[in-house]
Amino acid sequence: MLKKICRIVFLVVLMPVSALAELSIEITSGVDNPTDIAISPIMMKGERLAEDVSAIVAADLERSGLFRAMPRANMLSNPSALAEVYYRDWRIVGMQYLVVGNLVRQGQGRLSATFSLVEVSGERVLFTHVVKGRDSELRDIAHYISDKVFHAITGIKGAFSTRLAYVTAIREGGRQIFRLMVSDADGARERLMLKSQEPIMSPSWSPDAKELAYVSFETGRPAIFRQRLDNAQREQLTNFKGLNGAPAWSPDGKSMALVLSKDGNPEIYLYHLATKTFTRLTRHFSIDTEPTWMSDGKSLLFTSDRGGAPQIYKLNIASRKVERLTYNGSYNARPRLAADDRTLVMVHRSQDSFHIASQDLVTGDLRVLTQTHLDESPTVAPNGAMFMYATKRGNKGVLTAVSIDAGSQFFLPSRRGDVREPAWSPF
Amino acid sequence: MKFETLKPILACALLSSFLVACSSTPPASTTLAGASTGSSTLSGSNVSTGSVNDGSLSGSDLDTSGGLETVFYFDFDQSTLKPESLAALRIHAQRLITNPVRVRLEGHADERGTREYNMALGERRGSAVREFLVLQGVDASLLEVISYGEERPAVLDSTESSWAVNRRVEIK
Repeated sequence: MLKKICRIVFLVVLMPVSALAELSIEITSGVDNPTDIAISPIMMKGERLAEDVSAIVAADLERSGLFRAMPRANMLSNPSALAEVYYRDWRIVGMQYLVVGNLVRQGQGRLSATFSLVEVSGERVLFTHVVKGRDSELRDIAHYISDKVFHAITGIKGAFSTRLAYVTAIREGGRQIFRLMVSDADGARERLMLKSQEPIMSPSWSPDAKELAYVSFETGRPAIFRQRLDNAQREQLTNFKGLNGAPAWSPDGKSMALVLSKDGNPEIYLYHLATKTFTRLTRHFSIDTEPTWMSDGKSLLFTSDRGGAPQIYKLNIASRKVERLTYNGSYNARPRLAADDRTLVMVHRSQDSFHIASQDLVTGDLRVLTQTHLDESPTVAPNGAMFMYATKRGNKGVLTAVSIDAGSQFFLPSRRGDVREPAWSPF
Repeated sequence: MKFETLKPILACALLSSFLVACSSTPPASTTLAGASTGSSTLSGSNVSTGSVNDGSLSGSDLDTSGGLETVFYFDFDQSTLKPESLAALRIHAQRLITNPVRVRLEGHADERGTREYNMALGERRGSAVREFLVLQGVDASLLEVISYGEERPAVLDSTESSWAVNRRVEIK
């Protein structure tokens, strides 16, 4: 049996598959007054590196929508250390911040980067930092630098080192082929996790970002699996008749909220990973689905049509008390929360079109955040600064990332086929 | 034509599709990890049942067309059977009563709305067909509802007419 499964589903340990590198980035709008920053080339003396570190840092910062990075060609000088910085060169071109740095070899296959963030007008060095890694980790080093710079300037923890999971569906030889993919947060270094001729759905990260849970139809019906990223080891968790869907890992990593319809209609259950037992949480004849956790692990938000149309509800796990959260509009579904537990992001129908909206759970204020149509699957970055969602462009599924204030936006289109169901990893 | 006469043909079709399944595509057996039912070999994408187009051979008291409808459509966000579906479903019920075979009721939704909610909606549609067949006297244990939500659209565009044919239950 296991052999059979292996034949139909191809598992790949986190290995780059450059031939599949399918996502590219198109920044379509930014905020009105981005912070001007220059990233002076970060290089290694006498060696040509496989990646352009400063270009990756500049792209990271620009994608946040909060920064405008100076084109390298416009720079009057290219300092690689603090001693080489002439503030005048940056002040006259209107830069607010400058990043300088360089890489040095640390023995076989290893290197270190020393980098500093400078505030130009005050001629102040905000920090100098060293990061070490392998030659193969140049992109990780670049994202690390971006995280440090972003945090120092905005006060918000950077999420450039996080990852995305998503599903692609590509027509090959007359059949739809489904793939579960993982990439860096910028869409680079795409890796194949699972390939199947049957649908794959609903990827969900473990809180340590080392595993994914997802739904796969490879057995002929939907079933929930968990899979490690590092060695592709995986386990089928459910095999009930009916729905086996919407897995959501608890914040402590010990259980999973999921949806089963084995008792007649979709209900939310808690699956205890250690004991492999289930606790039923909802009991209603309507559809209850799409659970997501509050960060304290004591409550879940979920979608239910118990009021006649899909709306978002909150469930206290201990008391089983259910409270309706959304009242604005006839379709609010698939809740996701920012890490502060205050900003609810969801799919919202307005004027017959499906958009992503946010609702402030304290003030109740609802904002429609997207102008595209057929929007779905919102996922919030772990720092709460951006969210990503899936939409359609010219009949093709694409991912779009938007800052939570909806000021900036970029697309991550797939070169071929559909890309859908993004899930942003935890830190 | 009587369904009896279709039996060998169907068996043949099933067998050949099973062979195809073995050689290249996912089989539908389900005994992977948890305890579950022994499954039929009706794999979602390889098998289609029902119509064998040689209705000219003989008459039948149940169905003469030979092309009995196996796909039933639904309105947006609805899971109630349309009146025009009922006649064909009654014939399916009669066939299943005289020839009890396992069938899959595959429920589908259009692409609007969220994927997991659409999974639930697809299941609701499959269950509506199941309930109707059971009311006609079909043994409930023969009928398995499998929802594909919006994951297996019949037509790929984002237009009203495509959505209408994607909101469906397929009897397989």
